[in-house]
Parts: sequence; C-alpha cells; structure tokens
Amino acid sequence: MNRRDSLKAIGLGTLSTALLLDACKPGTKKQAEDTNDEKINPSDEGRLPGEIEHNKKLNAEKFFTEHEMATITVLGDIIIPKDAHSGSASDAKVPEFIEFIVKDMPEHQTPMRGGLRWLDLQCLNRYGKAFVDASNAQQIEIVTDIAYPKKAKPEMHTGVVFFNRMRNLTATGFFTTRIGIDDLGYMGNSPGKWTGVPPDVLKHYGMEDVV
Amino acid sequence: MNDIQIKKSAQIYDAIIVGSGAGGGMAGYVLAHAGLKVLMLEAGPFFDPAKDSLQLKWPWESPRRGASTSFRNFGDFDGAYGGWALDGEPYTTTDKTEFYWFRARMLGGRTNHWGRISLRMGPDDFKGHHIDGLTDDWPISYDDVKPFYDKVDRMIGVYGTIENLPNEPDGIFLPPPKPRLNELYIKKGAAKAGVKVITGRGSVLTEALPDNKDRGACFYCGQCGRSCKVYGDFSSSSCLVIPAIKTGNLRVIANAMVREVLTDASGQATGVSYVSKDDMQEYQVKAKIVILGASAGESARLLLNSKSNAHPNGLANSSGVVGKYLHDSTGSSAGGFLPQLMDRKRYNEDGVGSVHIYGPWVYDNKKLDFPRGYHIEFGGGMGMPGYGFGWDMQNMNGVVPGKDGKMKEAGGFGADLKNDYRRFYGTGFGMAGRGMAIAREDNYCEIDPNVVDKYGIPVLRFNYKWSDYEIKQAKHMQDTFQHVMHEMGAIYGPPHGKETNYGLEAPGRIIHEVGTVRMGDDPKKSALNKYCQAHDCNNLFVVDAAPFVQQGDKNATWTILALSMRTAEYILSQRKKLNV
Repeated sequence: MNRRDSLKAIGLGTLSTALLLDACKPGTKKQAEDTNDEKINPSDEGRLPGEIEHNKKLNAEKFFTEHEMATITVLGDIIIPKDAHSGSASDAKVPEFIEFIVKDMPEHQTPMRGGLRWLDLQCLNRYGKAFVDASNAQQIEIVTDIAYPKKAKPEMHTGVVFFNRMRNLTATGFFTTRIGIDDLGYMGNSPGKWTGVPPDVLKHYGMEDVV
Repeated sequence: MNDIQIKKSAQIYDAIIVGSGAGGGMAGYVLAHAGLKVLMLEAGPFFDPAKDSLQLKWPWESPRRGASTSFRNFGDFDGAYGGWALDGEPYTTTDKTEFYWFRARMLGGRTNHWGRISLRMGPDDFKGHHIDGLTDDWPISYDDVKPFYDKVDRMIGVYGTIENLPNEPDGIFLPPPKPRLNELYIKKGAAKAGVKVITGRGSVLTEALPDNKDRGACFYCGQCGRSCKVYGDFSSSSCLVIPAIKTGNLRVIANAMVREVLTDASGQATGVSYVSKDDMQEYQVKAKIVILGASAGESARLLLNSKSNAHPNGLANSSGVVGKYLHDSTGSSAGGFLPQLMDRKRYNEDGVGSVHIYGPWVYDNKKLDFPRGYHIEFGGGMGMPGYGFGWDMQNMNGVVPGKDGKMKEAGGFGADLKNDYRRFYGTGFGMAGRGMAIAREDNYCEIDPNVVDKYGIPVLRFNYKWSDYEIKQAKHMQDTFQHVMHEMGAIYGPPHGKETNYGLEAPGRIIHEVGTVRMGDDPKKSALNKYCQAHDCNNLFVVDAAPFVQQGDKNATWTILALSMRTAEYILSQRKKLNV
C-alpha cells in the first residue's frame, strides 16, 4: 500500500489527502496570510476546549505598555535586522510573539519589564533620553555595552542578563515564523521518504564508510 | 449536591478493561477480536490521531511556538494531554521524596506521544538474580514471552537489525531508517570510544505492514510525538482500541474515572464503579472479568482503594505487596554541537520520530562499581525550529571561529549574529542514558489517607529514593558521554557532577514507572500469578507495567504489549475451560 492509498484507507478522501499534503508545502498562500495576521491567532483545529479558552484569555490581556512595545521593537530589529536573505524581527512579528509569550510564561515578565526599565534609565543618564528616543548611534552604543557577556563591564551585568533573554526571545520568535524558517532553510515537515544522508554530503564529510 | 445517585447498569459484560494504553488496548484488541463483549473505561477524552493529531503543523501555528503548557507538558503540538500535574487530581510524596508522575488522560494514554523505542527485555532481565543476587527473578523467562514479542512485532511492526547480542534479543524487523549525518558522527565517535552503537529499534512502519489495510506507511516527518494521522507508528488508540471498536465487540466510555473495583461477598470481582467527568454522575458497571490497565500507579491505587470484607487490605493485596517495588528507569543526558557541521548543506532529514541509532548495554558489570546497565538513545540534526530555538547563542558563537577563521566575541547582535543562527543550525546532538534501577521493597506508592482528588478518590503518595547503584550508574553515563563527545570532535560542556547525582533525573521523570503489582509464584510475596491474574481473586487481571518484577535496561512498552497479549490469550483459554 503506498501512502496515497493508506491515507484513503483511513478515511481521508482524495480531497482531504490533498489538503493534508498541501498543508505541509512551504510558502503556500494560506500560511503567508497566517503569519501576516495582525494578531497571533493560530487555528483551533485539534485543540482542547481548555486550550482554546486559555489562548483566548491570554490574547485578550495586555502586558507591555506602548512604550515598552516600542522599545522591544527597536531592540528586536537591532538583534535581527533585515538583510539580503530575509526581513527583520518586526517583519516576522517578533514583538507580538514576545507580548504573547510573557503572558504565557509569567517568569519572563519581571525580568523583561525590569530590564527594559534598566535600559531606559541607562539611556536617560547617558543621553538624557529614553532608549527609543536616543539616536541610532546611541542605541548601538548602549547595546554594544550589554551584548557581549565576556567583555562587558561589571556594572553592565544587569543589562547583559536582560539582553541575553531579549536575544533568546527574539531569535526564537523570528526563526519559528515562515520568514525565519525559510531563511534557515529547514526543509522538513513535509511528507517524503528518508533514504539517508545524500551521497554528496557523505562524501563531503568523509562518512561514506561509516555504516 | 442532593440529587446524587448511583446508576447501575444491568448488562453484564464479558470483561471490563480499565485504561486504554498499551496494556488495556492490547487486552481489548485480543478479547474483542475473539468475540467477547468488552467495556473499556478511559479517564480522559476519546482521541483518534487521524482527526486529533497536530502532526504537520508549523511552529507559528502555536502562539507559543510549541512550548509546553499545563494542557500538554511535552509541548503545544504533543500527542499527550496532561503531564506532571493534573488539575484537581493531585498526588503527594513523603518527606525527602522527589517523585514525578506523568499522566495522560486520553484514549491511548501515553502511547500517543511515546518515543516508539521498542525493545525486548532479554533473558537476564527476566532472570537476573544469578548475576549478583540483587534482583528477584520473574516467574517467567524470556522463552515464555518470546512468542508474544514475535506476535507483537508482526502485528504492530518494529524496525531494527539482527545483531545477535546476548541480552538484547532480536525481533522480526522492518527495514530501519538510515542514520542522519550527526548520528554518523556519533557512531564514529562511539566506535573510537569503545561504545557499542547499533541501529535503532522503533515501532514505526518504514514499510506498509503486510495484511494491514488500516495503517499507512511512515512519510518521515519525524513527529511521532504528536501521534500519527496515517497510523504509521504505534499508538494504542490507532493500532489497538479503534480497530477493536470496529469489531463491534468493544465499547469505550470516555471520561470515566474509575473509583474502585467491586467485589461480592466471596471476594470475586463483579465490576467497577466510576464517576463520569461528563455529567459528574456515579455509575456501576458489571462484568465477569475485570482487567486493570490504568498504569502502574493508577492500577495500584485502584486496588488499594478497593477495600472490602473479603479484601480488607485492598484487592489482590493479602500479601501487602501492592504499591511496593515501584521503579522507574534511571536517566542522565548530555549534548553539544559539531563545529565540523557549521554552514552545512540543507536537506530534509526529519527521518522517523523514534531513534535512528541506539547504544545497547554489552558490558561486564563485574568490572564496574554499579550492578546493572543502561542503554543510550541518540539524536540530532536539522529539526523543525520551535520555542527555545537559538537559545543562548552567547555560549556558542564565542567558542568557534567565524567564517573569516578568526575567533569572535561571544554574544552580539545584528547581521553577524543573524548569520550565526544559520551557521549553527543542524549542528546539535544529544544523548541520553536509560538504565535499570533495582526494584526495592522500600520504594513504593501508597494511599495518602489525608488527601483526595476532586472526585473524592484517595490519591497516591510516593516514597522513593535512588541508591548508590543508580547514582554510580549515572556517573558512568556521564563519563561515557564525555568520552564519546570527545571522540566525535564535538564541543560540549563539563559532565554533570556529584552535586546533581551526575545528572540523574528524579524518579518518575523517565516515565517508565513499573512494578507496583508484581507477579510471582508465591502468593505471600506477590499479587499476581505468572499470567497477571490476582492470586486472591481469579477474575481480576492487571495488564499494564504494574506486574513487572524487575525492569531491564529496556523501555517497558514492548513488554507491556507482549504480556498483555499473553494474559488475554490466557483468559480466552481459561474461558474455554470455564475457569473464569
């Protein structure tokens, strides 16, 4: 029995088979629309009633202030900017993801809020402005002071800890979107047949003899 | 509530099965196909992977990108509902015990998300007393179980390779999936380190199963953990319970939380009582035989909560052994990345959702400072990103040169950092030891007299401590991992040390808990006979992992399936002889 037949055999007709297979094709129109939705609002298909309710409740809440969201957006795009391959963190709706995830995982809330506040205070002391109002050069200057844990000055430690978290959330938020996955070149989540490491790759790494 | 009443059904089933996981599912499958009228009670909702699986969803289809929730502790796309804590259904521990109990309330239970690593226990796992005197022998040997392992292999399907190892019996195998690139590095490194690595063994249909038109072949998405819409891997829901329903002989009542096993004045089981989570009403259902497959913990709990004049100590517990000898596999793990694989070529290497390669235990414990062995599960590669992807790049990008060959400062931001995520993608790997823990009388679960769940059912209290045997075994795992990773040319952190018991996971964490209703020939020292039939009550059977006398260094599911099939066939033979 081939896969098409087996899908039929379990009651998925031709139409739904096509849908199932279609759903795994990268870059289809529907998915592009999903990622560009204003709100992160994935499908409820296969979800438990409690899960749907929980997500609804979280989506209805607001954690970050507009100022905090603006700061997260600027920081996110400094961490993952647009380049020749793909868009920026904000193009991939990373700030919206961060807003959601801190509501879902409250352990992020205080470190994020406090870290953003620390950053603003540093900027106020140095430049007389909040982070978002500072010049691009000033923003890069302060970020440079907290982005390299090993060489950061001890008094920057609080900022380093915050920036590590911000970098983590930005990277996860970015590379789990269509934009980020296409950038990364992940080619799975798609029906196929795994026949082992391609011969050219085996050869490249000298692994032809490892059985 | 003034209107509470107990609804009693007049119908007498041939058998009632409590639980729908590997054990309950297999018993239901065999008995229903033999024509018995069977009622199966499941504490959670109905679940059909064909409709309910979240297979093939992309990370952005979860607002938390697949991170875990209280609804699904193993992630937002995982096939198992529930996890370490269930709302309104607590369990407790004695002082100083750290024990975790994973419960999936749903048709098929934990088999909807398990690792599909399908291992037979070996001759020394059933009869290990001769090795060092530390373990009790099962009343049955490998040869008694082998025919049932064979039947399970044929019926459900398992891939692997014939290896002719002494205590790692071969099965009837489907072709295995080939190793991924990272796994070739592991194999090569392990060989240099003197660590045996063989092809994995998993219940995934790498080819269509002969004579089975209901299940499709694997299409290599690597997402067995979400459960499979084409039934290409083993879940009890898809492979056992749903086919059994189709016979017309098995009825499933979902959301039925069983309270106790009912017995008559002579002590024979007559049925069970349960509370329906749908309408919160109390029900009693009757059968000629009662079969428990509720999990090692829940089956012990049910027996201990089923007290009567005939069974004052709890049902099947005149020996006092129920709840004792609880044991889980040991677990300790390590991981790192392969700098050789940076900037690697992209292709789809999702493979299967079980292990591609596997490290069996083939070493002599007489030369080591711990009595029994462990196996190693390996993995790695270009997986689908999810929550946690890219985490802690600052610990990685400062330890290898950049593309220009120069070392760079750890951390960073901007286009250069963005490129690092691409460079490191697919370089990671992990390895996890899963070892044999000695079953001990003083590791047990019991009823907590002071705590009930929201249905008024007294809950389990766990008492469990690792001994030096398990801790030293974990140390050996860590030392072995370091050696293998070194030979792989990998970059990795230091081993887990003494302060964490060498990374030894708390009991329960590996979710292989077994042994709470052990079988044996002596009714004074065991609850069940060698057919998993209660010594004290001959129409009561237990078919989950509770009857295990002693787990091997193998995962439990394949043995649960084989033993449950054996018990079900025994029930059929006894019915013919009119004994039950």
